[in-house]
Amino acid sequence: MKLKTALLGAVATCALAPMAIAEGHEGERGRDGNVSIIYWQAPSIMNPFLSGGTKDVEAGSLVLEPLARYDETGTLTPWLVEEVPTVENGGVSEDLTTITWKITPGILWSDGTPFTSADVKFTYEYCTHPEGGCAQLTKFNGVSSVETPDEHTVVVTFEQPTPFPYGPFVGGESPILQAAQFADCMGAKAPECTEANFSPIGTGGFKVVEFKPNDVITFEANENYREEGKPAFASITFKGGGDATAAGRAVMETGEFDYAWNLQLAPDVIAEMEAAGKGAAIAGFGPLLERIMLNNTNPDPALGPDERSVVRPHPYLSDPAVYKALSLAIDRPLLVEVGYGQAGKVSCNWVPAPEAVNSTTFDCSTQDLEGAKAMLEEAGWVDSNGDGVREKDGVELKMLYQTSTNAVRQDFQALIKDWWEQIGFEVELRNVDSSVFFGGDPGSPDTFQKFYADVEMYANTFNGTDPQSYLGNATCDKAPSPATQWQGENISRWCSEEYDALYAKLGVTADAAERAEIAKQLNDMVIEGGGMIPLVHRGRLSAHANSLGGVKLNVWDSEIWNVADWYRIKTN
Amino acid sequence: MTDTAKEVLGESQPRGKSRSQWSDVWKQFRSHKGAMMGAFVLLFITFGVLFGPYLWDIDPTKLDIRNKDWRPVYMPLFSCSWTDLCIPPESLERMKYGWSHPLGTDNLGRDILASLIHGGRVSIAVGWVAMILAMLIGTAVGVASGYVKWLDGLLMRFTDLVLALPLLPLLLVIMLLFRDALRATFGPELGVFILIVCVIGATSWMQTARIVRADILALKEREFILAARSIGTPPMKMVTRHLLPNVLSPIMVSATLGLATAIITESAISFLGLGFPSDFPTWGKLLFDATDRIQNFPERALWPGLMISLVVLAVNYIGDGLRDALDPRIRGR
Amino acid sequence: MLTFIIRRLILAVPTLLFISLVLFLLLDLAPGDPMAQMPLTIPDEVKQKMREALGLGEPLHIRYIKWLYQFFVVEPGFFLDWLFGTNMMEGTQRVVSWQFRSPVFDIIIQRLPQTLWVVALAYAVGVIIAIPIGIISAYKQYSVFDQAGTLISMIGFSVPPFFSGVVVIVIFAVKLEWLPSIYDTTHEVKDWESMKIQLKQMIMPVMVLALQTTAQISRYMRSAMLDNLKQDYVRTARAKGLSEWSVVMVHVLRNSMIPVVTVIALGIPSIFGGAIITEQVFKVNGIGQLLITAIQANDIPMVQTITFIFAVLIVLFNLIADVLYGVLDPRIRYD
Repeated sequence: MKLKTALLGAVATCALAPMAIAEGHEGERGRDGNVSIIYWQAPSIMNPFLSGGTKDVEAGSLVLEPLARYDETGTLTPWLVEEVPTVENGGVSEDLTTITWKITPGILWSDGTPFTSADVKFTYEYCTHPEGGCAQLTKFNGVSSVETPDEHTVVVTFEQPTPFPYGPFVGGESPILQAAQFADCMGAKAPECTEANFSPIGTGGFKVVEFKPNDVITFEANENYREEGKPAFASITFKGGGDATAAGRAVMETGEFDYAWNLQLAPDVIAEMEAAGKGAAIAGFGPLLERIMLNNTNPDPALGPDERSVVRPHPYLSDPAVYKALSLAIDRPLLVEVGYGQAGKVSCNWVPAPEAVNSTTFDCSTQDLEGAKAMLEEAGWVDSNGDGVREKDGVELKMLYQTSTNAVRQDFQALIKDWWEQIGFEVELRNVDSSVFFGGDPGSPDTFQKFYADVEMYANTFNGTDPQSYLGNATCDKAPSPATQWQGENISRWCSEEYDALYAKLGVTADAAERAEIAKQLNDMVIEGGGMIPLVHRGRLSAHANSLGGVKLNVWDSEIWNVADWYRIKTN
Repeated sequence: MTDTAKEVLGESQPRGKSRSQWSDVWKQFRSHKGAMMGAFVLLFITFGVLFGPYLWDIDPTKLDIRNKDWRPVYMPLFSCSWTDLCIPPESLERMKYGWSHPLGTDNLGRDILASLIHGGRVSIAVGWVAMILAMLIGTAVGVASGYVKWLDGLLMRFTDLVLALPLLPLLLVIMLLFRDALRATFGPELGVFILIVCVIGATSWMQTARIVRADILALKEREFILAARSIGTPPMKMVTRHLLPNVLSPIMVSATLGLATAIITESAISFLGLGFPSDFPTWGKLLFDATDRIQNFPERALWPGLMISLVVLAVNYIGDGLRDALDPRIRGR
Repeated sequence: MLTFIIRRLILAVPTLLFISLVLFLLLDLAPGDPMAQMPLTIPDEVKQKMREALGLGEPLHIRYIKWLYQFFVVEPGFFLDWLFGTNMMEGTQRVVSWQFRSPVFDIIIQRLPQTLWVVALAYAVGVIIAIPIGIISAYKQYSVFDQAGTLISMIGFSVPPFFSGVVVIVIFAVKLEWLPSIYDTTHEVKDWESMKIQLKQMIMPVMVLALQTTAQISRYMRSAMLDNLKQDYVRTARAKGLSEWSVVMVHVLRNSMIPVVTVIALGIPSIFGGAIITEQVFKVNGIGQLLITAIQANDIPMVQTITFIFAVLIVLFNLIADVLYGVLDPRIRYD
């Protein structure tokens, strides 16, 4: 009888097993073999605290995990904790100064030791060490202490009421390091721990087998991972290097790789690759915005080094008619079509996402060259000397338009130059190598912060879903100048007391709806006041092989946040 | 160098005949079929890019986004239905082509023929000037260090130093130091031209210098040099009369290869944003931009690639012919 | 000759020190910032702290002397430690990359296999093919072989690898699916099967690189042979009744090798410099890719170390070339 039951059971499992596979992706850990990922920018280190680069943070996210993270819709999701603390559930104190995280019991590091609150506290100490040069220091801004009443409780105390307390230990940029492994790597010694920085021990679905910096990383499934039957893949090959075209080709045309990251390619190139039928491109939209910054100071080369791009105002860009005409002359839907395709949307706002803070005040989706010309005429900008360029009081509308070197940006430059010259500007183009343009070397005249040009184009974004610190980039005190060694986030040097006052109010407002309302108002002030011309709300475009299942592109956190859920789609 | 050659040839000329040496050289050059063909192609391309803009007066930077992605007018020639190597008629129908853009347009609707003509002006000018500059520096350094003993160590260590410098940081530093000054003096376009030409010239003379030096070292020990020295030929004359003509052929090879390298290097410099503005076409840049779309629009890469190859081939054959023509042992055979 | 070599080697020390100083100053002067690739979401104050953690706050001469000490004392010390299993250099600071926070030499050694497999092999293949092509082309000047060789080598040289690399990928990897488009640096050769995979992934980058080398060297070979074939001594040798083979392959070839040896000797150090574009196109990730990413990330210790090793090789191979001139043509003397 007993034997019979056992036999029956065996038969039943045999019969059920194929069904489970046919249905999708249940089964034992490591059943699907190897998955290969290609990042055309190669990861150089696995420790996100020592490098803020997206490639390094995302490679690290396969191993290291935060307490809570954003899912693909931008919702905060508990990850190593039981729930996300809020004022309602008592996790956040009424006065908004403390937040208490409850760690899920039973989580193990990949070396088999238990994950405790001591690791969390250690991570805080590691990053805030004064000599460490931690890239994610801002995550711990305003934190006065991290306490551990017991093994599974972490209490973070802030210096002042913090309406958005989800900075520390949340998201791919702020994961937890293992205290035991990094204990000797504090402060100035951080760079010496090559072994720990290259193969950190984590709680994620995978662990590092071999790390070849800027080349290839090999991972294998973490046998101590908390979820049964995950990850489906036994190993990951994580290749870096090359260029976006080659990465896209390897996934969608030759099928050598399963996943390619961040394919900044023209839509017709992507479409051609997809036509090969081996993979598909997927897009997700975060707050990334391609914009033209308007210089609010005078960039005249004749001015001395302490005055160029420091003294206000700009000879003509401070006239609302001029910057509004510039904006009106741009055909944004065409830019989207030429440059980004499905990975771009027309945007008139500085903060285009999340939806709650996306202002609806402006409409900029139609180009109106005649309207732009009329606007300039009315404001007195006319071409009186017949050279094709408008002028007023001896000021000619001649501009230098700079950006970083990138095929799509150069196409945009060519198109926008064409439109602006049609409405009576003279435009000179310049493109600068991105390692110089975005480098903060005060000795170089070509950095985006020095802004020795009239307008410049680049993209910027913020992490997570709360735009408070991003909106802070337009306050008067953030303008770069020689006094600050040209450091500062207010690139356009736009300045308004009214804005600064409203921004200060945002810092003390707790109610989510009210915060969103203020954010929208701040956004409108910058656009209306001539800080920038928004062009395209850019998405993140990646590609995966048709046989790879479970991919959920996440733009709010690490893009490959749910790699433990990926599986191989069986075709037979 | 031509003067030198003339003198050398003058010596080898049998006395009494009234024919000029140059008509002999020209005769020999003309009998070299490859060289004549090369000269013809080079002249054709040079005239094409010089006078082309007057015949084909479309502005290469003019955008016409509604007429983007036109195909070349010869596309129907490749259409047939009996093999899949050619274009099937139904996809030919979907293509846009016509005589208003004989070579088609790019992804922003710029005319490719116009880009090719204007790009050729810059590429050919940059190629020649940079190559000649590199040859002059290389030959001067090579001869000086091969012939003058006490200069050898110094000049060759300097060559080692320049060889060791990484090009990209060097470019960035040169741009940083000289760009604004040159722009202010010569205007944006000429300033950038001078800068690019000098940068390419100053970073590609080392190989020529090493080869010329090596040849001079060997030549110096030959009997005819000893003979020339024993009759008291002054050093300057030694160099121009006896040494230079004998190292001409490796210099010719360097020059041919240098021309190709200069045209390609210009595109790399401009791509990094250190050269001409991005809407300023050159052959190298056209080739670079076409690489992403090579499967759908092969012609965008084919034409600039063909042009560079043709110019380099032409110069190579002219070099061959010139060497034969200037060699008294061959001439007249 | 021996005294010449010794004198040159001794002279090489101040030369190299001077080169290293120039390199250091150049890299310091170049605009750029190790934080350039950090996302804009990291505020400037944090970037400033990160720079200080890298040691950028120190004055230039201190950083230069530190690098010299680390390069010439600490790194050889570590090498000896590794050789003999000792622990002399325990606790001293090695040359550390800013990108990886790991010793520069470890990464260079990690990159050597693929650099040797692809770049060095391509160079060797290129030279081996080029020399016979050059000889035959010159011997049978204006024959069909010569004309075809000229055509192919000139087109090969004027089409840059960023283009020819993509063309071969599209043909052999995308259309025909014969070869992989991405080089797998983790692949280990154990038996014949894995050797076949290795050969498959090497063939395209080696082809593209060898084309450039072949084109260049065969042109120099051909022109030098042409020069020598017309010399009087060739006529004399033939008149003596020497076989055509020994006239061409012994007498003419030996005298024609001087420019070719120069070009080859100049090319060998550049193997170490890697093939930046070709490595990028095929994702070989050798030393060339290491150097270019280090330049882009302004990883000065890495760039300084690689370019300095490059400089050492240049000085060394130029010395070797000078010695070879003496061997090829005994009349050349240096003392």
